[in-house]
Amino acid sequence: MRPTDYTIAEGLRALDKREISSVELTQAYVEAIETHNPRLNAYITVTAQQALEEARASDARRAEGKSGALEGIPLGIKDLFCTAGTRTTAASRILGEFVPPYESSVSGNLRRDGAVFLGKLNLDEFAMGSANTTSAFGPVENPWSRANDPAKRLVPGGSSGGSAAAVAARLAMGATATDTGGSIRQPAAFCGVTGIKPTYGRCSRWGVVAFASSLDQAGPIARNVEDCAILLRSMSGFDPKDSTSADLPVPDFAAACGRSVKGLRIGVPAEYTMPGLAPEIDALWQQGLAWLKDAGAEIVPISLPHTKYALPTYYVVAPAEASSNLARYDGVRFGTRTAERDSDLRDLYERTRAAGFGAEVRRRIMIGTYVLSAGYYDAYYLKAQKVRALIARDFAEAWDKVDAIVTPATPSSAFPMDERQDDPVTMYLNDVFTVTANLAGLPGLAVPAGLDAQGLPLGLQVIGKAFDEETVFAVGAALERAANFTATPQVRA
Amino acid sequence: MSYTIEGASGPWEVVVGLEVHAQVLSKSKLFSGAATAFGAAPNSQVSFVDAGFPGMLPVINGECVAQAVRTGLGLNAKINLWSRFDRKNYFYADLPQGYQISQYKDPIVGEGVIEIELTDGSTKEIGITRLHLEQDAGKSLHDQHPSKSFIDLNRSGVALMEIVSEPDMRSPEEAGAYLSKLRQILRYLGTCDGNMDEGSMRADVNVSVRKAGEDFRTRCEIKNVNSVRFVMQAVEAEARRQVELWESGGTVDQETRLFDTGRGTTRSMRSKEDAHDYRYFPDPDLPPLVLEQSWVDELKAGLPELPDARRARYVAMGLSPYDAHVLTIERETAAFFEIVAKGRDAKVAANWVTGDYFAALNRLKRDVSDSPVSAENLGALLDLIADGTLSGKLAKEVFDAMLEADEPPAAIVEKRGLRQVTDTGAIEAVVDGVLAANADKIAQYKAGKTGLFGFFVGQTMKAMGGKGNPAIVNDLLKQKLDG
Repeated sequence: MRPTDYTIAEGLRALDKREISSVELTQAYVEAIETHNPRLNAYITVTAQQALEEARASDARRAEGKSGALEGIPLGIKDLFCTAGTRTTAASRILGEFVPPYESSVSGNLRRDGAVFLGKLNLDEFAMGSANTTSAFGPVENPWSRANDPAKRLVPGGSSGGSAAAVAARLAMGATATDTGGSIRQPAAFCGVTGIKPTYGRCSRWGVVAFASSLDQAGPIARNVEDCAILLRSMSGFDPKDSTSADLPVPDFAAACGRSVKGLRIGVPAEYTMPGLAPEIDALWQQGLAWLKDAGAEIVPISLPHTKYALPTYYVVAPAEASSNLARYDGVRFGTRTAERDSDLRDLYERTRAAGFGAEVRRRIMIGTYVLSAGYYDAYYLKAQKVRALIARDFAEAWDKVDAIVTPATPSSAFPMDERQDDPVTMYLNDVFTVTANLAGLPGLAVPAGLDAQGLPLGLQVIGKAFDEETVFAVGAALERAANFTATPQVRA
Repeated sequence: MSYTIEGASGPWEVVVGLEVHAQVLSKSKLFSGAATAFGAAPNSQVSFVDAGFPGMLPVINGECVAQAVRTGLGLNAKINLWSRFDRKNYFYADLPQGYQISQYKDPIVGEGVIEIELTDGSTKEIGITRLHLEQDAGKSLHDQHPSKSFIDLNRSGVALMEIVSEPDMRSPEEAGAYLSKLRQILRYLGTCDGNMDEGSMRADVNVSVRKAGEDFRTRCEIKNVNSVRFVMQAVEAEARRQVELWESGGTVDQETRLFDTGRGTTRSMRSKEDAHDYRYFPDPDLPPLVLEQSWVDELKAGLPELPDARRARYVAMGLSPYDAHVLTIERETAAFFEIVAKGRDAKVAANWVTGDYFAALNRLKRDVSDSPVSAENLGALLDLIADGTLSGKLAKEVFDAMLEADEPPAAIVEKRGLRQVTDTGAIEAVVDGVLAANADKIAQYKAGKTGLFGFFVGQTMKAMGGKGNPAIVNDLLKQKLDG
């Protein structure tokens, strides 16, 4: 078995039995990154030397019998998480060479549990995008390619495109990611890996560069459901530094992966059968439901009547919050400053922000500024908040009838890098199945369930009740077992 | 007689409302753990939250919330058990987040009322519209370098209470009295130190004028006025400007103005058209602020006695309304007085504190918090008067000595031999001597020039070095001259 073949669960067992050391594991990933990252561009910053030192320290801790829950496991960190002493970019020029003097709570939790950090993973600029094409550090390439057109470079999805591509190509055992409208689940589905956006409040947002505060939630991307469960347990937990963090105990998510789905009621929302939904996606969805039924679950048709308003609601709320959250990038205290000598303050702002932000970020700042403006606030922002409450109510009513909901993760498989770049609205449609969970604050997991006609992975999504990730993991693991998804991408270590 | 401004067209009524920003007395900032001490080196009290660093999040400081609630209770106001923080978005170099966290639609404190006292002895109720919590911004320094501006973020994130009044004031005096009263209440509560010269309290003054019986006319807002005196001057100057404008056929435009303290006039800062669109929206980093009624009740039970209640108690103790007012202006003065008066005659204590003691403070340019004489020693001096050890005159002498060295008066009496002579025999001997030496004066006295009585008293006291008990001296002289 090659070191990069281990899942996290397997790796932890092998480390425990001294079949491999963290240094050996880490060295294998460092080499894999050297080989494949120049093409995939999944990492913005690789911290190979630091990772090997951390691995040595980890092996020493293990030798002393002081192993944490992720002792010695090499991970990639989305470059939206501030990492003390390591440059953090949010894939934007505006942060320049910003090196945080502090560690985000989530990455700090992973360090506490013994994880080794390989580097900082690429993403859409400020996590705004669905194709990882808005990064100031260049696009990420999907390690998968079409059977009939292997030269066509495909997007990995976004915004956590670097995380999903790195995990799929085995440039990391697992990765942190964030999800504001689908940024974990959509790239996971596009890259044939597993990702979960937990319940809003499960993971601390402290030290994560903010996009839209009421929607942002960190979560893991990993090779399978169990690995996601192991990572999420370490990442989660109450953090008094985040006022929206939930003060609840963190369950043993990995244990929940083995739970039977027998007797569980699985909801199938009528509104997710959308016009133009690709037949093979619909077929995969039906297949997934059939697997669950075979495993003893009950399939229950439900209605989430406000679903069609979710995307427009999201594209009012998220830019509104972003326009305010990104006001701090002004060239005054940190990051890039672009201004003529002796220019005035307004000039400093205008030049810095025009040069520092990419087109998509500028678009969303403008949309957000518009919807919050006097005279438009009621028609846009306030109305969006009301619709958001109705979407949350749809789910609340559904939970009377079902224990989890299963839908497709994305409306298509990964598309070529040169497509859909001109029309932002078409790009936004990528999030159509995923935004509802963000608007309602619910956990959502994407698990690979099959391949399309071109040999590209397709994923299913499991949505659960707030703080009931355990059921989500149980259903996800059942789908995973039935799907037996063993395909691997063309580019991989 | 109510206050009006006489214009060519007749009298104009002045309408004033105040928005007062009061810095919350707390060790740390509203949403971060950084310190709030005044006068620290620039940028030495700044956390990453205050500096708006990436990924930093606000966490509400419970003590600041308690202070706002205490203040609301002290203003007899409704405490809102559910309130919320909003973001007020604008760009400025000393506003690191690009927004100020404030309370826009749902403030923590609702309507209240306070009573002000006017110089004619009358009182008036002034309505409080609301009180909300918000962050202060940092400070821009434009005079430190020829081409650069410097930023000091020490104040960034410091908790402020914005206290908005109803437009209930009708004169400069009422506006001044309101601000003084508000300051007094906050200082009693210990929720704001009220140091206006350090910027701990500053007022935005809304002024309009109107003819009797009219609805409100357009108002102007005078920003950042930082003393009671300037508030009164600004109200008058702005009201006169508006009267002139209306009477010359013009109209008052709603705008923000500044008070030029040197010239005593207001000037335009920005018009309504230039006003920012602050794009207020609820801060998604902060859940709504929900308070328990029982917690509010606890705070209420722990409130100190407020000036109105204390003044009423002093009047009930026998003090004149004037003395009661003077002694309660500052909480420290009232506390000093209470120590002096404890177990003693309250009126005598009040006379000493407001008389000789205040005069001494004025002369020495000190104040109660920096008192040259302890309240305990002043009280002991009163005891020496009461038990006859000291005459009023001797007491003043001892008091002067106490101002030089704050020692117990009994020790000064011993050291300087200032004890009053009450031995009738000894005094009689001196009186006899004085009378023997002034036979001519006795004759004049007996002939009806009774005003000479004071002369005999003075001669006796002089001979006794001021230590004769005045009552005994008087009695003996009366017996011997009139008897």
